[in-house]
Amino acid sequence: MRIFKAVGLLSLLGIAIIFPQVFPNPAVTTIALFALMFAAAATGWNIFSGYTGYIALGHAVYFGLGAYALAIMCQDWHIPGGYLPFLLVPVAGLVAAIFAIPLGWLSLRVRRHTFVVITIAVFFIFQLLAFNLIQITNGSIGLGLPIPFTWFGDFFNYPFYYVTLAILLLAIAISWWVRNSKYGLGLLAIRDDEDRALGMGVKTGPSKLAAFVISAFIVGMVGAVWAYYVEAIYPDTAFDALFDVAIALMAFLGGLGTISGPILGALLLESAQQYFALQFVSPGYYLIAYGALFLVVMLLLPKGIIPTLNERWAKFQVTRLQRQQESGAIITALPTPGGGGAENVDRKEEINL
Amino acid sequence: MGLIVEAIILGILTGGVYALMASGLTLVFGVMDIINVGQGALVILGAYLSYYLQQQWHIDLFLGLLITMPLMFGLGLLIEFLFIRPIKRDRTMLSILVTFGVALIIEGVLNLKFTANSVKLQAWYITGSIQVGNFYLPYIYLFGFLLAVVLLGGLYLLLYRTKFGFSLRASMQNRTAAQLIGINVEQVSAITFGIGVGLAAAGGMAYGATTPFNANSAYDLISRLLAIIIFGGMGSLSGALVASVGMLVIEDVTAVVWSPVWASTVFFILLVVILLVRPQGLFGKMEARKQ
Repeated sequence: MRIFKAVGLLSLLGIAIIFPQVFPNPAVTTIALFALMFAAAATGWNIFSGYTGYIALGHAVYFGLGAYALAIMCQDWHIPGGYLPFLLVPVAGLVAAIFAIPLGWLSLRVRRHTFVVITIAVFFIFQLLAFNLIQITNGSIGLGLPIPFTWFGDFFNYPFYYVTLAILLLAIAISWWVRNSKYGLGLLAIRDDEDRALGMGVKTGPSKLAAFVISAFIVGMVGAVWAYYVEAIYPDTAFDALFDVAIALMAFLGGLGTISGPILGALLLESAQQYFALQFVSPGYYLIAYGALFLVVMLLLPKGIIPTLNERWAKFQVTRLQRQQESGAIITALPTPGGGGAENVDRKEEINL
Repeated sequence: MGLIVEAIILGILTGGVYALMASGLTLVFGVMDIINVGQGALVILGAYLSYYLQQQWHIDLFLGLLITMPLMFGLGLLIEFLFIRPIKRDRTMLSILVTFGVALIIEGVLNLKFTANSVKLQAWYITGSIQVGNFYLPYIYLFGFLLAVVLLGGLYLLLYRTKFGFSLRASMQNRTAAQLIGINVEQVSAITFGIGVGLAAAGGMAYGATTPFNANSAYDLISRLLAIIIFGGMGSLSGALVASVGMLVIEDVTAVVWSPVWASTVFFILLVVILLVRPQGLFGKMEARKQ
């Protein structure tokens, strides 16, 4: 079973790596690039919101901070277009993470409902600041980033694609580590019952803040790559209210608090979004299609794809086990992959990969 | 000095209108435990409905409310029935995303129907003004404030003097217990949501009469409304009233003494400072442990 999993994951990684070589069409690689960006951002968001159950609807703040940090660094240090700005991407992520410390501390002083609203309020503060701090952000005129003149045609998307893929892999690695560590167990305990977790000795405050900062770091890096890719950033594109909700919806669609859920959700939704954007020129139809998709996802799959599939699989295993018991078949020689059916069900519940 | 007095008066008058929109939001949160982030879009929808009635059939804005408010009340019932009621678990979180979806659809429809150009409502009381001391005050500010006073007074009577009001407040205090003593909480929730949306129609008319708007204004509005209800304490009606007036006065005074671009930023920063001292807002209760 383990080997199957490893082979499966490695082949997925292989597909992701050779994808631009197989489909070099810039229209396709652009959609793939955006899907990867959102997958990384949603994974980062999930490390905080999915595991702790605190839904943050203001992560566009860190996306925007990463974007502006990279733009300002490139501008002040006169960095030319090329591979150099990519080296600054982690620095931009760090800037976002540093901002996240006081902001997270402040907004995590309250519990769930109010927390959501405060993150939204913080988001609007930062959007207003980006508009109004003209000396730093250049206001609504926006900031330009260095343009890599030497990258032509199909090749243009490749560097961005692989850097984003690297960020996504880092995000998945962190997400996986958190999910399987004692620290992550503490976060899940907070999600289930915060007071009891505190009583059991989980340091809830620092745990939540650390997860918040980690997720801000990842989202900030994604913001920086995005800024370099689009070449010019404005307050309302870098601090975008739709981004806030989009990554939350992606995680919800795939399955909140799972590792693969946000990635799956992002790949599906972002491709759909890009498709809608190409299909409907008028923003009206596009908004209606996106909003309707939103409602359908939330009402039909409130638990998300991965948990629903896991549940179905577990139920299927159990009924199969029962049926075999009833028909008097030999239970011990149950031919399910990975051992006994019931045991498998337990493991599925434990690690919701 | 005169300018500051003017700013304070304007702030109080427009604060009344914001109280109208925010009271719907905070009431819905109190009863149903959901945050209707679509309220901003619904306010704009109300403003466009008034605009449409005026343009097509030349119905006076205030008379038009007799049509738009019941219409929006019905829309509220429909949204509650179709999208809010099916949410069985994790209501608060899912409701935010669902109502955001509703807001996107409304924004899209408004974009298609009315294009993205800003419009402003027209009437004699919007252009005409009355002299107060040494400055001119457009009538609409007074009328809008009076409308808010009348509607909020009506809401007060409904909440504290009728049987429905008792049921509503009981559901607010404890949903399960209210259900146990025989209150139809589902029905109360639906009507509360309808009232919230109906108030948004009235608020939208008064908003559209004082500010040019388009479908995009919803974002600006909802950020302010959310800030108001956190400031006042989520679920507290009197908190929403105080916070609306407080916010608008602070904004208008900042615009006069400092600069208009910083007006709303100052309010948001003040909000953060207050949350440092009182995380539950001015009139809010600390969240009890929920099992």
